[in-house]
Amino acid sequence: MRSTYAIHGGIHPNEAKALATPGKVLDAGIPDKLVLPLSQHIGRQPEVVVSVGESVKGGQVLALAEGPMSVSLHAPTSGVITAIEDRSVPHPSGMTNRCIELQCDGEDDWLAFTGITDWRAADRTELIEAISNAGIAGMGGAGFPTAVKLNGPPGQSIDTLIINGTECEPYISSDDTLMQVDAPAIVEGADILAHIIGAREILFAVEDNKPAALTAMRDAVAGSESGCQRDVMTFPTKYPSGGEKQLIEILTGKQVPSGGLPAHLGIVCQNPGTAVAVRAAILEGKPLTERIVTLTGEALGRPGNYRVRLGTPIHHLLAMTEFDPSDNRRLIHGGPMMGFALENSDVPVIKTTNCILVPTEQELPTPPPAQACIRCGLCAEACPASLLPQQLYWYARAKDQEQLEKHHLFDCIECGACSWVCPSHIPLVQYYRSAKGSIIDARAEKVRSDRSRDRFEARQERVERELAAREAQRAARRAAAQKKADTGAEDDPIAAAIARAKAKKQAAEETPSAASDGDS
Amino acid sequence: MSLVDTQPVLAALMALLGLGITFGAILGFASIRFRTEGNPLADQINQILPQTQCGQCGYPGCKPYAAAIAEGDVINKCPPGGQETIDALADLLDVESMTLDAEHGEEKAPKVAFIREAECIGCTKCIQACPVDAILGAAKVMHTVIADECTGCDLCLDPCPVDCIDMVERKTGIQHWRWDLPSDNIIASDRAAA
Repeated sequence: MRSTYAIHGGIHPNEAKALATPGKVLDAGIPDKLVLPLSQHIGRQPEVVVSVGESVKGGQVLALAEGPMSVSLHAPTSGVITAIEDRSVPHPSGMTNRCIELQCDGEDDWLAFTGITDWRAADRTELIEAISNAGIAGMGGAGFPTAVKLNGPPGQSIDTLIINGTECEPYISSDDTLMQVDAPAIVEGADILAHIIGAREILFAVEDNKPAALTAMRDAVAGSESGCQRDVMTFPTKYPSGGEKQLIEILTGKQVPSGGLPAHLGIVCQNPGTAVAVRAAILEGKPLTERIVTLTGEALGRPGNYRVRLGTPIHHLLAMTEFDPSDNRRLIHGGPMMGFALENSDVPVIKTTNCILVPTEQELPTPPPAQACIRCGLCAEACPASLLPQQLYWYARAKDQEQLEKHHLFDCIECGACSWVCPSHIPLVQYYRSAKGSIIDARAEKVRSDRSRDRFEARQERVERELAAREAQRAARRAAAQKKADTGAEDDPIAAAIARAKAKKQAAEETPSAASDGDS
Repeated sequence: MSLVDTQPVLAALMALLGLGITFGAILGFASIRFRTEGNPLADQINQILPQTQCGQCGYPGCKPYAAAIAEGDVINKCPPGGQETIDALADLLDVESMTLDAEHGEEKAPKVAFIREAECIGCTKCIQACPVDAILGAAKVMHTVIADECTGCDLCLDPCPVDCIDMVERKTGIQHWRWDLPSDNIIASDRAAA
């Protein structure tokens, strides 16, 4: 048994995971309509390949990936495309984005798929392509295209694959449930992932508040064969142990360098849900069209972990779980720490939706107004990235981008531990998110303005050059005219032509042979 | 030795004179050898200006305005840069920050020119007006704007004889959305009053 390491900071909020009875999967069924946003991942929007009125079968491609940083979108059931337009999507802005609406016919008629059964013999690029075609993006929350992560930065060899089943955020138990009910599939998916990236070692990470998932994972590992060294590791429960960089430190004692990637340490992390989706994509050729979502909160009559088709509107899920709106003010996409409030329940479930939290006001009260910072320093003690949240807060208020970068703002993982401990209820993470956004915009503006300067100066130079050339031409003409006026008839063109003809004739008479040569 | 003993005042003067000549020569050499080309302050100012080249400041571009600021002009004549640019300039020049001079225009969201191509008659007037060569086209053929290069300076609007150029918002859509800074601290009683 390997030892684990401790990380700096962290908090112990009320877990409230039992509410959704982890370990049991319920079916959310097929709603009348599915709304599928084109962007369910980080990167470029895929290109729509169906048209309104077209009938589609389950698993059919609706939108095709555009370039590597993009993932395809597939129909989660059979039906007719009824609209391709901008709709509300789950995003903190509450803005709309391009969506495909699918009217389900209820027959759930699927295309036939073929998988790659002998994946150990298959070529790495072929497997990555299969994953890319299946539309898989990281299912832990960030939605990074999985195929891109598996390709990795060039020149980096990977030796460790971590399956991150930590799920440290309160309320959420979708990964816990998946590990309990589908552990063999996770293990097999992990074997495929390890084969693709060339890892020698697979670590399955499970926090010690999930004993059932831990047992299931240990059994699944013991009950299967693999060419890799495999270990199911457990460690004390603490938020945010499941942050990628935090988990790597807990399991290996190594810190991912500032601005670096886990791949620089030879490590790749994947979510258990992603491993299951990869297994289905490789062995069965099946695209990603559903996921497990934790529907929880005391405002729901029947909370639980549901198998939900992507695109299912949240109001459908609320109705199904007997939502009681009397004491509810907020609808949260994700967990209570890192999630964001939704403006309405018309938005659909997407690939990164691990939880819909519908708390009562008593359970999770709306945060009270922020008060002044009393410089208590609790935030610095809680920060898992060892940053100075209080300094960052002052610099964010002062919009001092230089100091923010010097204090490593971009190492902030936005876990919310600082805001959670703040006795003045300052929404610290929002300050950091806003500051990050302005810095990213300022960098882009700088690139833009540098280019504009170059173009402006190049144009100035060209205009001056053209002006000078015109001026020179004019001067030359003026000089010629002057010369003509000075010298008078000597420059008469007719006289000159006669002189030239005479000279030519004379030359021809002197050397007749040479002239005839010249004529021929 | 004897000079120091016999004429101490003269010796001291000569020593000082000698030092003066030596260091003067070093400084004189350095001022020629390590001469700075151009105006470094104007260049630094130009780095801060937004490079829209719009001329709203009254100068024919950002560089001339930068040179003017270096010569002592006021720092609040740049509407595209807005308050952020004024603050950065105040910081650089170590002067009191000021608010934007409304006479030169007001701060607006970044825009980009868009030619309604069906209406364009191909007169090339906008091409000549564009300070960054961001308009593509030729005589009697349709013109178009290279959106990535357009600075949103508005200079193409006036010359257009058929008014077929629109200024549209540059940053729209969900991918350009950014979190707002939280509103300033209020205490519970403020909220009750609000």
